[in-house]
Amino acid sequence: MREYRLRVNGTIRSIRTGSDRIVLSVLREEWRLTGAKYGCGEGQCGACTILLGSEPVPACQLTIGEVGKRELTTIEGLAGKDGLHPVQRAFAELGAFQCGFCTPAMILGTVALLRVHPHPTRAQIEGALDGHLCRCCGYSRIVRSIERAAEQLGAGPGEGR
Amino acid sequence: MTELRRPRRPWDLTPVPEREYFDLLGPGLVTVVPPRRPVAERREGDWQPPTGGAWLHVGEEGDVVAFTGKAEVGQGTRTALSLVVAEELRVPLPRVRLVMADTDLCPWDIGTFGSRSMPDAAPALGRAAAAAREQLVALAAEQPGLSNARNSLVAKEGEVRGPGRSWSYGTLVRGLRKLVEVPADFPLTLPTQWIRAGRPTLDPDAVEVVTGRRMYTSDLRRDGMLHGAVLERPRYGARLEGLADPDALADRGARIVREGEFVGAVAPDPRSARAALEALGPRWRFSPQPNERTIEEYLRQHPETGDDWDRRGRSEGDVETALRRATLRFEAVYHAAYIAHVPLETRCAIAEWDGERVTVWVGTQTPFRAREAVAKNLGIPPEMVRIIVPPTGSGFGGKHGGDVATAAARLARAAGQPVRLGFTREEEFREGYFRPYAVIDVRAGLDARGRLTAWSFHNINAGAAALGTPYRIPNQRVDNVLSQSPLPQGSYRALAATTNNFARESAMDELAYAAKQDPLDFRLAHLEDDRLRAVLGRAAELSGWAGRRRERSHGFGIAAGLEKQSRIATVAEVTVGPSRRLRVDRLVSVFDAGAVVNPDNLQSQVEGAAVMAMGGALFEAVHFRDGVVLNPRLSKYRVPRFADLPEVVVELVDWREIPPAGGGETPMIAVAPALAGAIFDATGTRLRTLPLAPGGRVVARPARPRARRR
Ligand code: FES
Ligand code: FES
Repeated sequence: MREYRLRVNGTIRSIRTGSDRIVLSVLREEWRLTGAKYGCGEGQCGACTILLGSEPVPACQLTIGEVGKRELTTIEGLAGKDGLHPVQRAFAELGAFQCGFCTPAMILGTVALLRVHPHPTRAQIEGALDGHLCRCCGYSRIVRSIERAAEQLGAGPGEGR
Repeated sequence: MTELRRPRRPWDLTPVPEREYFDLLGPGLVTVVPPRRPVAERREGDWQPPTGGAWLHVGEEGDVVAFTGKAEVGQGTRTALSLVVAEELRVPLPRVRLVMADTDLCPWDIGTFGSRSMPDAAPALGRAAAAAREQLVALAAEQPGLSNARNSLVAKEGEVRGPGRSWSYGTLVRGLRKLVEVPADFPLTLPTQWIRAGRPTLDPDAVEVVTGRRMYTSDLRRDGMLHGAVLERPRYGARLEGLADPDALADRGARIVREGEFVGAVAPDPRSARAALEALGPRWRFSPQPNERTIEEYLRQHPETGDDWDRRGRSEGDVETALRRATLRFEAVYHAAYIAHVPLETRCAIAEWDGERVTVWVGTQTPFRAREAVAKNLGIPPEMVRIIVPPTGSGFGGKHGGDVATAAARLARAAGQPVRLGFTREEEFREGYFRPYAVIDVRAGLDARGRLTAWSFHNINAGAAALGTPYRIPNQRVDNVLSQSPLPQGSYRALAATTNNFARESAMDELAYAAKQDPLDFRLAHLEDDRLRAVLGRAAELSGWAGRRRERSHGFGIAAGLEKQSRIATVAEVTVGPSRRLRVDRLVSVFDAGAVVNPDNLQSQVEGAAVMAMGGALFEAVHFRDGVVLNPRLSKYRVPRFADLPEVVVELVDWREIPPAGGGETPMIAVAPALAGAIFDATGTRLRTLPLAPGGRVVARPARPRARRR
């Protein structure tokens, strides 16, 4: 047990816990950041994806001790003061969800992808998001939303984050 | 959105005049559509009608609150039903708030399955809204000086408009406490005259979803909430013989709850609750269980006796004689494996006991059945149980019943504190039920001109949905039996229609090749249903069926299906590469469900259904041995992923003359046979077992010659 101070969505949060405590449980149970979902607990569904620094990671596979100095971004921290992130907007505008349970993680996965590949090919999308399941199988719309977000991020100056 | 107070008794169990609508919702106008059951369907002992009607309130702000017992589990019903209300009341969509699946407030409902939301809930809500509109116009007509102008009054955009004047709905109902019971045949706006409905409409709560603010059951928390666990059988058929250490109270403040057969635990966290159950040292007695290798024989030899809820059959002409006389006789056996629903949100319930009544938040597709189950198991009257269904992370037929709700309620009552019971993914697999394993025997005969003269379709354990054939065959016999299943089995999106359609359409395909006819032409030659012909023709056209490439390793397959008043045709295009690796290139579906309330959502449902169906068609299967599921995890049970995604083309037929049918299920049912047909076209290998390509490869199974010419 020790005190961990983590930077989460731009603010410092602290927690007293063991170093092997799973980050997903801390986010959901201690800090009520429930946008990261539990879907499998074995790194297979991607529903718990958050950003660790700029890297998408399944929070069910991440322990508090592994976080170090890197910032955690959850879906709750993605929208800026000026409104939704372009990826969020694209998903909302194209209706790229049915039950929506996979959506927050899909969006974070997309944000990470577009930072590396601002104009991803289909293969890059598949490669980056293959760890994310959508059981409603809305994959086609998700792909279209990713492409739409890429266009919009590419078009407007100052929008890229 | 403020939560509504709880009524004294659930409204569906309270006579209409005694329901405190106005106390809870404020002054205004209430319309109530009574429960309906077509007289023809009334059976001895029916205790409730299949639809519980609807009710709706128009308040002093002109706001509309409507109530339905249906649940939203991701199929988009909330938006579609709200659109129907907005349409009939002539108000913008955001003015409508739909309260769904809360057993204290909503009309009784049999459950959200079988594509019943559009055919049942939509007309009930529509009538409540249409009647309210008529009342509002009548209220305006009572305004001074309007006695002669009544006929010129129209409801539009949330107001009643007359010559030179208008009144907002809010003004018209000010101070009113008027309740109107609506006749069951109150006229609805014809789809041809829809203004709001029928247009692509996005989920008004989309922002909640993309910001992570939508709270699913598993996200909820109550003050003082503990976590529960239930003692799980290590294998199917295992019986609890005793506990080695019944008094073992694990550390960390866990507490054991035993009620009859039920053994559970509550603790401050889930892990401690599970550990407490372990510490009890349960002793089990095992009985031999049928294995996967011998499942076909087992199902054939163990018909379910007694329970015939899902049996059907019909017979026409003389099948055996027609088969004897046929020029070409065909016989084949088709199989479908057990598959799991794998909703992304595992089952979860949170129960709170207030000393007298219990409230359970649970992602269930059958809240009123869950209410019954909780009441019965806790030995309390149903009015003491409230089930609320929060947004649910999908269901696909896997969230029926009240097991999780009941267990959570027992634990909460025993603990005197709110309890959350959430399944791990493994528990979701092991404690669930599956789409039935099925075996289907098909025999058919063609005459010298290649016309089908005989059809025998015997289905073992698939279930009855889509059992019959839409094709014209003079001599036919179709029937089904259910079997004693080695694994728990139950509902699944599209029920048996997927399996039955796979067998029938695959057989049609085989017959077409045997008769040296084009699979499309062969079907059309036997098909009378114009709407089914139309979707088939259109799917062929869209996919380029007629001019398709005829090359080795590349194949096209086509299939159709008719179920629940809707029609689907799917064309699949596949490539089978070197080492027989299968790649699905394209799925083209044309879907006809009558008038389309929300094209945007229906499109999304059909796209999703096509891809979801690919999973069961190609690689999903629950494996088991000695009563144990061998692959209860996502790393071992493969569902469709991005890399599996083909090009998905969907076209909707929008028949404004035909009332809307449900659309969440039927788009599944032509995918598997279309894929099987495409694989055959590409490789000459005919696969008759679902999943078709479990390892991602097309592997021929020992081929038995089946079509014989005389
Ligand atoms: S819950 Fe973390 S990957 Fe599934
Ligand atoms: S929208 Fe339901 S899991 Fe993706």
